[in-house]
Amino acid sequence: MNAVVKQLTGFRDWVDERFPLIQLWNDHMGQYYAPKNFNFWYYFGVLSIVVLAIQILTGIWLTMNYKPDAELAFASVEYIMRDVEWGWLIRYMHSTGASAFFIVVYLHMFRALLYGSYQKPRELLWVLGMFTYLALMAEAFLGYLLPWGQMSFWGAQVIISLFGAIPFVGETLSLWIRGDFVVSDITLNRFFSLHVIAVPLAIVGLVFLHIIALHEVGSNNPDGVEIKKTKGPDGKPVDGIPFHPYYTVKDSVGVIVFLVFFAGVVFFAPEFGGWFLEANNFIPANPLVTPEHIVPVWYFTPFYAILRAVPDKLIGVLLMGAATNILFLLPWLDRSPVKSIRYRGPIFKTALTLFVISFISLGYLGTQNPTTVTTWMARGFSVIYFGFFLLMPFYSKMDSTKPVPDRVTDK
Amino acid sequence: MTDNPVDVGRRRFLTGTTVVIGGLGAAAASVPFIASFQPSAKAKAIGAPVSVDIGKIEPGQRITQKWRGQPVWIVRRTTAMLDTLKALDGDTLRDPGSDESDQPDYATNAWRSTKEEYLVLVGLCTHLGCSPSFVPEAGGETMGSDWIGGFFCPCHGSKFDLAGRVYKGVPAPKNLIVPPYRFETDTRVVIGEDEGGAS
Amino acid sequence: MRRILCIFAVMCWSAAAFGAGGHGPALEAANVDLANKTSLQRGARLFVNYCVSCHSASYMRFNRIADDLGLSEEAVQTNLMFTTDKIGDVMQAAMPPEDAEQWFGVAPPDLSVIARSRGPDWLYNFFLSFYIDESKPTGVNNRVFKDTAMPHVLWEQQGLQRLVTTNDDHGESASGGIEHLEMETPGKLNPDEYKQAVRDLVGFLVYVGEPAKLVRYRIGFWVIVFLLVLLIPAYLMKLEYWKDVH
Repeated sequence: MNAVVKQLTGFRDWVDERFPLIQLWNDHMGQYYAPKNFNFWYYFGVLSIVVLAIQILTGIWLTMNYKPDAELAFASVEYIMRDVEWGWLIRYMHSTGASAFFIVVYLHMFRALLYGSYQKPRELLWVLGMFTYLALMAEAFLGYLLPWGQMSFWGAQVIISLFGAIPFVGETLSLWIRGDFVVSDITLNRFFSLHVIAVPLAIVGLVFLHIIALHEVGSNNPDGVEIKKTKGPDGKPVDGIPFHPYYTVKDSVGVIVFLVFFAGVVFFAPEFGGWFLEANNFIPANPLVTPEHIVPVWYFTPFYAILRAVPDKLIGVLLMGAATNILFLLPWLDRSPVKSIRYRGPIFKTALTLFVISFISLGYLGTQNPTTVTTWMARGFSVIYFGFFLLMPFYSKMDSTKPVPDRVTDK
Repeated sequence: MTDNPVDVGRRRFLTGTTVVIGGLGAAAASVPFIASFQPSAKAKAIGAPVSVDIGKIEPGQRITQKWRGQPVWIVRRTTAMLDTLKALDGDTLRDPGSDESDQPDYATNAWRSTKEEYLVLVGLCTHLGCSPSFVPEAGGETMGSDWIGGFFCPCHGSKFDLAGRVYKGVPAPKNLIVPPYRFETDTRVVIGEDEGGAS
Repeated sequence: MRRILCIFAVMCWSAAAFGAGGHGPALEAANVDLANKTSLQRGARLFVNYCVSCHSASYMRFNRIADDLGLSEEAVQTNLMFTTDKIGDVMQAAMPPEDAEQWFGVAPPDLSVIARSRGPDWLYNFFLSFYIDESKPTGVNNRVFKDTAMPHVLWEQQGLQRLVTTNDDHGESASGGIEHLEMETPGKLNPDEYKQAVRDLVGFLVYVGEPAKLVRYRIGFWVIVFLLVLLIPAYLMKLEYWKDVH
């Protein structure tokens, strides 16, 4: 046993003389100090990485048997489900992973809203995260066309035609994206390339930058206290603990719990009532017949509701885009001297609660057929949604605050 | 940090247990991915045995049937063709008894088939996989006066006799492969299945 | 914080409840039993005798049906295979699709995943809801799928129904008169027997829609058991290391 350890240590040292292996380990794991008071909301970063890994692994395997051809795509998915050994499991992991990705990422972003993790000096960290989020939305949209079902086809048709709303360049842009006059085999092929290699490379690159940026400034925490301000005699933050072993160990528990839920869905309810795998997508794409009830997948519905609430096509598109992109501005909209919701006043708490209610309500309304009542409701919630951001410079400044402690609390 | 002494033993035990059980889980999780490489149901269906009508083959003629993406030859040998086999032995052939080569048990005899009259071979050279030509006539300008009839691979010059056995002094290492096959009737051969129905 | 989570939970619940609603007439539950191999076998036979003449199930292989339904390959060959003799082949329709489109106006759809797009309850009620309609070329219409081009292939089993509108108590045909189906010409099976036959057929279609369904519950159970077992030392490990903190 000792001989084996000696060999491995020797090999490690050989590498370390040629590659900063030990330094990287120390900087990012062994001697990287993270606040000791991370709570439930802090699992979602590592869970995002786990889901990314699952998607890449299952995605590679699906690509081995999937055919990106309009005549063959639908059949190739059923081939994977039936003829390829364990293909059904790989497919379900990928479809569940797509929805799991958004659940995890939305909760990860919500943590930032709760604790002001986007505030200085983490503005760039937030911006990089936002770019990753946009890339993720693109990746999901591109991937959804690939099964070539009715929802795939018509969803793509509708969303691409939104680009047509842009004045002057709109129609040309839509034509350029599709490569054809309607969504066709040509569109499918290029979406396949973008989904399989281009956007995943971008996502992996952005996640890498995101973590580098994080490690440069250090993590925030539920109290919003900057732990680097109080260092002990050893030069380490007194409220910090090395990521390894404390958070490697804690996160492994979080990952296992996540996998229990993930497995529950994959094996017992992969369709999830039609929310994760839609019934209409088991009908092969038919360019001549539109299904009764087209909705985007659940993770896009809040923005879809905002789009539909606006009676003008162009303004609807712009507002839908603004709904995502306004998040970029958060670090500069928030004028509160305090980071964490624990020390903010009632105005912010109310505003955030209203924001959550409107986001979820918009999401629900986006799945329903529009009626007069629901359209007005969507308009109301859209106003609240934008109000959360646009009024923030005012209410964040005038809100009362509680004194922020110098040291993290045990809550 | 606290001042309590660290129970290293307990930590090692718990870490070890978690890593071992987790490792087993990871190994189990890798099984579907590795297994998915196996031939799919579709590949197995396409590679299924093929039934061939041999009733119309003229004596001395060869037909080719695709099986598992490979050319399979069925040659109806004349008595003259079978006689040529008797002259060949360990001096001219690399593996006259087919000890090193691939064929079912029922094709390890001198004429490498169940019935003498019909030869069934996978038509791919055992050197690097080209498909040899059928040259049944003796002599001739291209093959030379020594040629008594057989198969000739144009890629690197390997030669095989009319039982598919490889000559010495050519690059191919083994006799031509005999696939599993059986006679359904006197005029139908099923390629890909042994007599017992296995393949 | 807890308030936000509670509100979130309540909204998810109500969303799920709302999301489950459907359109059209209320659907009776199909109650298919995938664990009942005999039912699936009967369904397979019905499918092959009444459906495959026009509809393909081009992603379903015969040898898979043999394995999953506990039938020998010979049994499948004799009873289920009419258009091919290779056990590894898929279920193709007897009728060429172009001819079918000409004769029926629309190509009969492939049924491989019909149970996943329509759902078993819809399919079950579809087969219960044919009624006589002399204005149609097939002579029938269907309450669940209005103006379907499909004939009532199981009419001999069920019999033929008529759509009857009952007037309200005042004897006038109110605009909201209640429609229901009444049996006009009984078939070979009584209503309960017919319902069971339809249940068998729909069960088979559910199986064809996703053959993996038979195994994934079983495997999933063990996966989750394994993860829960793994959770124990992992959590104890976490507690042990975190004694250092605070």
